[in-house]
Amino acid sequence: MTDNPSPLKFHVPEPEVRPGGTPDFSNVPIPKAGSVARPEVDVDPRNIRDLAYSIIRVLNREGDAVGPWAGTLSDEEQLEGLRHMMTLRTFDARMQMAQRQGKTSFYMQHMGEEAVSCAFRKALIQGDMNFPTYRQAGLLIAGGYPMVEMMNQIYSNERDPLKGRQLPVMYASKEHGFFSISGNLTTQYIQAVGWAMASAIKGDTKIAVGWVGDGATAESDFHAALVFASTYKAPVVLNIVNNQWAISTFQGIARGGSGTFAARGLGFGIAALRVDGNDYLAVHAVAKWATERARRNLGPTLVEYVTYRVGAHSTSDDPSAYRPKTESDAWPLGDPVIRLKNHLIKRGLWSDERHKQAEAEILETVIAAQKEAESHGTLHAGGKPSTRDMFEGVYAEMPPHLRRQRQKAGV
Amino acid sequence: MPRMTMIEAIRSAMDVAMGRDDDVVVFGEDVGYFGGVFRCTQGLQQKYGRSRCFDAPISELGIVGAAIGMAAYGLKPCVEVQFADYVYPAYDQIVSEAARLRYRSNGEFTCPIVVRMPTGGGIFGGQTHSQSPEALFTHVSGLKVVVPSNPLDAKGLLIASIEDPDPVIFLEPKRLYNGPFDGHHDRPVTAWSKHELGEVPEGHYTTPLGKAEIRRAGSAVTVLAYGTMVYVAQAAAEETGIDAEIIDLRTLLPLDLETIIASVKKTGRCVVVHEATLTSGFGAELAALVQEHCFYHLEAPVARVTGWDTPYPHAQEWDYFPGPKRVGEALIETMGA
Ligand SMILES: Cc1ncc(C[n+]2csc(CCOP(=O)(O)OP(=O)(O)O)c2C)c(N)n1
Ligand SMILES: [Mg+2]
Repeated sequence: MTDNPSPLKFHVPEPEVRPGGTPDFSNVPIPKAGSVARPEVDVDPRNIRDLAYSIIRVLNREGDAVGPWAGTLSDEEQLEGLRHMMTLRTFDARMQMAQRQGKTSFYMQHMGEEAVSCAFRKALIQGDMNFPTYRQAGLLIAGGYPMVEMMNQIYSNERDPLKGRQLPVMYASKEHGFFSISGNLTTQYIQAVGWAMASAIKGDTKIAVGWVGDGATAESDFHAALVFASTYKAPVVLNIVNNQWAISTFQGIARGGSGTFAARGLGFGIAALRVDGNDYLAVHAVAKWATERARRNLGPTLVEYVTYRVGAHSTSDDPSAYRPKTESDAWPLGDPVIRLKNHLIKRGLWSDERHKQAEAEILETVIAAQKEAESHGTLHAGGKPSTRDMFEGVYAEMPPHLRRQRQKAGV
Repeated sequence: MPRMTMIEAIRSAMDVAMGRDDDVVVFGEDVGYFGGVFRCTQGLQQKYGRSRCFDAPISELGIVGAAIGMAAYGLKPCVEVQFADYVYPAYDQIVSEAARLRYRSNGEFTCPIVVRMPTGGGIFGGQTHSQSPEALFTHVSGLKVVVPSNPLDAKGLLIASIEDPDPVIFLEPKRLYNGPFDGHHDRPVTAWSKHELGEVPEGHYTTPLGKAEIRRAGSAVTVLAYGTMVYVAQAAAEETGIDAEIIDLRTLLPLDLETIIASVKKTGRCVVVHEATLTSGFGAELAALVQEHCFYHLEAPVARVTGWDTPYPHAQEWDYFPGPKRVGEALIETMGA
C-alpha cells in the first residue's frame, strides 16, 4: 500500500493531428502485401490470434497481386469489380450533387471505401442476407439492384419502393439480400446473428452478414452480437468498416486500449481478421474465407476492414472542422479504384484509355437512370408518395384508431 | 443585452455552469473537439479542458450510465444524446437507474444529471432525426422533463436543470435552434436576433422548473403547448382570429397546474397540442388533468392536435407535422362546440 497515493489522471485519447497540422500515418503499421499467411478455413480461432493485429493485403505498391490470399477472382471478375466500384463512385457523385441541388434532403457517400461492399458482395450467393449500414450501397450496385430504384428511394418520389417513409439511402430489398437499414446505429448487428441462428435452426444453407462502422462498435448491441455469435456458433460474418472516423470522432475513442477492432473478437473466441479495405482483391479473398467458414458450420468470423472515409460523413457534415484537409492524401492504403485499375493495366487487361471510356459510359448510364428517376419526381417536385402511404404499413392491418386519424387527415 | 440563438443560449448556459462549478462536466458523441453536431458545446473543451468536456464513444447507454456513476461520486454531468431518436439504448439507465437512485437508496446516493437531446421534426430528418419522446420520460417517476421554446428560457432552464439535485431530461426542439419556427415551412423563419426572446443575459440566471409562461393572453380558449408548437399555436390564433390564450408549459414535469387551471377556468375551452404521436402522449395527461380540475367550467371537449400515430415519415413531413392549419381547425371546432 502506498502511503502517499499520487492524484489520478483522466485520460482522453486524441488523434495525432488536427486541422492545421500535417497529416501523419507513420504510426499505422502496414504489413507488406502478401506477407500474412492464409490459414485453412477450419483453423482453430485460437491459433490465428495474430491475424487480428495484422493487415491482409494482396495488391502491392507495384500493382502486383501477391501472396497466399491472391487468386480468388478471374480476370473477368476483376474487371467487373472495377466497374462496380467506378459505378458506385459515379452514383455517389451524382446523388451528392442532386442533394446540393435540393432534389433530396440528405446523402451519404462511400468515397475511398468502395472496395469493401463491392468486393464483399461477390462472395455472397442468392439467399444470403446482409444487415448493412448506410455506407454499403456497393452491396446493391454489385448485386445488380437497379440504380433507378435506389434513386427513387433517395428522391422519395412516386416510385420510391419505401413510399417516402425512410431517409435517403436507407434502402431495403429482401430479394437482393439487403435488410432494411434502420438509421439507429448497430441495432442490426445482433439481428444479423439472429437471422443466421434461424438459418441454422431450420437446417438451411444461407448465411448472414452484419455490418458496423468503427465508431458504432461502441454500442452494446455490438457486444451482444459477439456473445450470441460465439455462444451459438452462428453462421454469420461480422464486418467492421474502420474508416478511421465516426463523424468528428477519431477511431481511438471507440477502440480505446484494444490494439485493433478485430481484436474485440478474441475474447469471444471468434476468428478475427484485419484486411486492407482499399484492396479489392484482399477484401474478396477474406470475404470468401469468412463466408466459407460460415457455410461449413465453422462458426462466426469478425473482419475489420482498414480504410479511410475520404468524404464528409454526410451532406450535413464539414470535416475541415476536425481533421486536416489533406489527411486523405496521406492515407497509406491509397485509393481502391486506382489500385485495382493499375493492377489490371499492369496485367494487360486494362488501359488508361479504356478506363476513360468506361468512366464516360458509366456516367452516361448513371445519368440515364437519374433522368428516369427524376421523371417520377424528386423530394420537392413532381410525383411523390401520397399522404395515404404515410398511414399505411404501420401494421399489417390498419387498426381503428389509425383509420380514424387517416379519415381526419382527409385521405 | 446580447442576442443569442437557442444554440448559443444553451452553450452559454453550460459555459456559465462550468465556470461557476468545477463539478459540472459535459460529454457526448462529437461533443468535445468538434463541439457537437449542432455546435451546442463549441469552445467548451478549449476553455475548460479535456477533463471537463470530452468526446464519448457512440454508446448512449455508456454516456448516461457513466454520468450516473459520476453523479454518484459528486459531479454534475450534463450529457448530450445526439438526437432524441438515439436515446433508447440509454433508456434502461435512465428509467431503472437515474430515476430511482434517490428513492431506492433513501437519499444515500443521488443523481443530479442532465440529459440533453435535440427533439422534434421539421428538418426532413425522417424517422431517426424527428421524434418527440417526452411522454416516455414523463411516465417515469423520478425524472424531470423540460422543453424550452426560446433562447432566454433555454439558458435559464438549462442552468436550473444542471443545478437541480435530480435527473432532468432536457429536450431541445431542434427546429427552434435558429428561430421561432411556426409551422409555415414555405416561409422564412425570423432569426432569434430579431426576436425579443433572443435577448439573453450574458451571466448566471435561472428559470425555475415547474413554471409555465403565458405567451399570448386571450379569453376564448386555452392552448397548452410546448417547444415548437408554441409558435404554431400563435400562428393558428393569428390566422383564425380566435382570441386564444397560449400557455408555454416549459417544463412538463413538474407541471405548472395552477396556471393551466386558472386559464381554463377563465376560457372554458382547451386545446392541447404536441408534435409527438397521439396515443398515450403527454396531451392525454394534460386533457385528463384539465377535466379533473376544470370539468364544470368546460364548454367543449378538450381537443388534442398531435402527430399521427405513425413513425415520423420523410417525404410526407408536412402532412405529418401538426401545423397551423390543423391547430386552427381545432380552435374553430372547439369554439363552435
Ligand atoms: C444510436 C445512434 N447514435 C448516434 C447516431 C448518430 N450517428 C450517425 S452516424 C454516426 C457515426 C458513425 O460512425 P461509424 O460507426 O464509424 O460509421 P461511418 O459513418 O464512419 O461509416 C453517428 C454518431 C445514430 N445514428 N444512432
Ligand atoms: Mg467510421
